[in-house]
Amino acid sequence: MLKITDLHASASDKEILKGISLTVNAGEVHAIMGPNGSGKSTLAQIIAGHPGYEVTSGTIEYDGKDLLDMEAEERAQAGVFLAFQYPVEIPGVTNAYFLRAAFNELRKARGEEEVDPMEFLDIMEEKLKLVEMDATMMQRSVNAGFSGGEKKRNEILQMAVLAPKLAVLDETDSGLDIDALRIVAGGVNALKRPDNATIVVTHYQRLLNYIVPDFVHVLAGGRIIRSGGKELAHELEAKGYDWLLEPVSV
Amino acid sequence: MSSSIESLVNKEYAYGFVTDIESDTIPRGLTEETVRLISAKKNEPEWLLAWRLKAFRRWQTMTEPHWPNVTYTSIDYQAQTYYSAPKSVKPLQSLDDVDPELLKTYAKLGISLTEQKRLTGVAVDAIFDSVSVGTTMKTELAAVGVIFCSFGEAVQSHPELIQKYLGSIVPYSDNFFAALNSAVFSDGSFVYIPKGVKCPLELSTYFRINAADTGQFERTLIVADEGASVSYLEGCTAPKRATNQLHAAVVEIVALDNSSVKYSTVQNWYAGDKDGVGGIFNFVTKRGKAQTNAKISWTQVETGSAITWKYPSVILQGDNAVGEFYSVAVVNNKQQADTGTKMIHIGRNTRSTIISKGISAGQGQNSYRGQVKILPKAEGARNYTQCDSMLIGNACGAHTFPYIEVANNTATIEHEASTSKIGEDQIFYCKSRGLNAEHAISLIVAGFCKEVFKELPMEFALEAQQLLGISLEGSVG
Ligand SMILES: Nc1ncnc2c1ncn2[C@@H]1O[C@H](COP(=O)(O)OP(=O)(O)OP(=O)(O)O)[C@@H](O)[C@H]1O
Ligand SMILES: [Mg+2]
Repeated sequence: MLKITDLHASASDKEILKGISLTVNAGEVHAIMGPNGSGKSTLAQIIAGHPGYEVTSGTIEYDGKDLLDMEAEERAQAGVFLAFQYPVEIPGVTNAYFLRAAFNELRKARGEEEVDPMEFLDIMEEKLKLVEMDATMMQRSVNAGFSGGEKKRNEILQMAVLAPKLAVLDETDSGLDIDALRIVAGGVNALKRPDNATIVVTHYQRLLNYIVPDFVHVLAGGRIIRSGGKELAHELEAKGYDWLLEPVSV
Repeated sequence: MSSSIESLVNKEYAYGFVTDIESDTIPRGLTEETVRLISAKKNEPEWLLAWRLKAFRRWQTMTEPHWPNVTYTSIDYQAQTYYSAPKSVKPLQSLDDVDPELLKTYAKLGISLTEQKRLTGVAVDAIFDSVSVGTTMKTELAAVGVIFCSFGEAVQSHPELIQKYLGSIVPYSDNFFAALNSAVFSDGSFVYIPKGVKCPLELSTYFRINAADTGQFERTLIVADEGASVSYLEGCTAPKRATNQLHAAVVEIVALDNSSVKYSTVQNWYAGDKDGVGGIFNFVTKRGKAQTNAKISWTQVETGSAITWKYPSVILQGDNAVGEFYSVAVVNNKQQADTGTKMIHIGRNTRSTIISKGISAGQGQNSYRGQVKILPKAEGARNYTQCDSMLIGNACGAHTFPYIEVANNTATIEHEASTSKIGEDQIFYCKSRGLNAEHAISLIVAGFCKEVFKELPMEFALEAQQLLGISLEGSVG
């Protein structure tokens, strides 16, 4: 489904990703872990199409298409979804309006009829239950004044409504209380199908107890320095990252 | 790839067509003769000609103001034409007699003057260059005593009301453009709502400039008698022309005790091309006076014109009077806007609210200029001002000029201002959910303007929102 080959990327002339290769197949869950500032969000944002990063070399193939050649909205319409580490506020635009606009754009791209606000309400109702979010949140401006946890939950709600093929969750667990963590993870698991795939970026093994990964990758200094099964996450939890990092030459 | 927001490409202005119609146009230039000629064409009574002439003489002693934060090459007042009317328009004609060519023009602008397809619940007065083409729903309005007709018609049929109220809020000596308008005004709308009557329809005037090198100088007078209420909307468009055209209007609102007037504007005059060639100079004086317990509310969505220069104001004369100003002003390409309001608190416990949203894109320059003045007797007066600017791109500008004068220490004044750049992050967030950049911008901007849009009459809120999308189209690279 997703094939990243030797990806190099920079921002403001600073090289951040220094040769990432990663293959994700349908039905798989991949976890990406790694120290702060190692490039995890950068990778996630590049997959989603953020214009602020320059891909200097390498390729990303998604469903047989050249992902890097697609605008961000085309990627979304093709089933790519990024749950943001820092969801963005849009004052004055209700959550319901925004999400319906997105939902309809995706439908249009598939050649389907747009849904009207009443029909959308029905769709919403079910998804709100999934993430245990109050319906009143839908009438508030997108993420404006939402608590950290509410923002994250809202991202998963969007994911549930938009039903992506490839979901990238960037630290969706950070800032969640224990109950919210269980709910969010439950939501992600409920959306899991054999034909979609998930990449979870996280710092904590805790999340991986709920969303069990098939593969765990460690990203450090812009490279994937180790890949393994779910047991790698336990090892990292116990030992930290130091044992994996190359010795520092003085 | 550093930025998805770049400089602008102009979007085709949908209303830029010209109607090919034979017009009665007077020679260029402005002298006392011109004033007499206009008055004679309109068959006006002697007192009105005398008033025009006083205004003209006053105007001759005045100089064009240059304090607004706008720049343009000065206007040659002798090169303009001050009156142009389609030949087929006859005085006091009925709508059945309107030239089909004119009906077609309005239909193209989305306004149906013919019976069947009229917007329900809205009466329309259609002003084409210097004259009114016709007013719809007159009989329905007459049934409740509401007068809604062209200014010219009102001069003939209700001279006592015109004589009583004309210039009572904006005297001809008020400012350079008001004096000019008073001398040469051609047509406009007149509204009178009798005591205690709640106007059953939205009233709306649609202004269209068609003729080249012709200024439009309309005059609107709205009188709400005691306890009356009305909601009025004006819309404006003009053809694309490479020369600037002058639009110097005056609007006066008389709100007697316990009355309420809501005045909404959707201004979409031709803005000039992306290099700033052509477009309307929109220099307008709008003012209302609210007596005891009366309320005047201005809502404006200003997207057009090369230059906009206007400050719809309220004199809060009576105790407990309420004044409101809700504004969205958009500048794109090389447009300039210097707009805002004046709230003059005279009565006790008077209240005013100012919500201004300025959006600048391209190389547009947007200035908010607002005055809040609390006079010594305005015990307990209150004002709340919120003034937000949004910038799209790096080449545009937003400026805020608040003037606050308080002469009564029981008054409460709150002023909030903010300037934000439309965020690359916000656009990316929308795009990552499947919305393209233009959809994203119009969504973000609509959210930014929400507090103003919700003040517009239902039928027009959507139109305004779409208009905003159009005028910002091309503002992303
Ligand atoms: N637009 C940018 N311009 C300059 N530097 C950037 C930009 N975006 C990211 N960086 C830098 O690139 C590095 C990687 O950032 P990134 O956000 O990808 O890290 P991360 O692995 O997600 O970290 P965290 O675990 O703290 O979320 C950091 O040093 C960051 O400061
Ligand atoms: Mg990160």
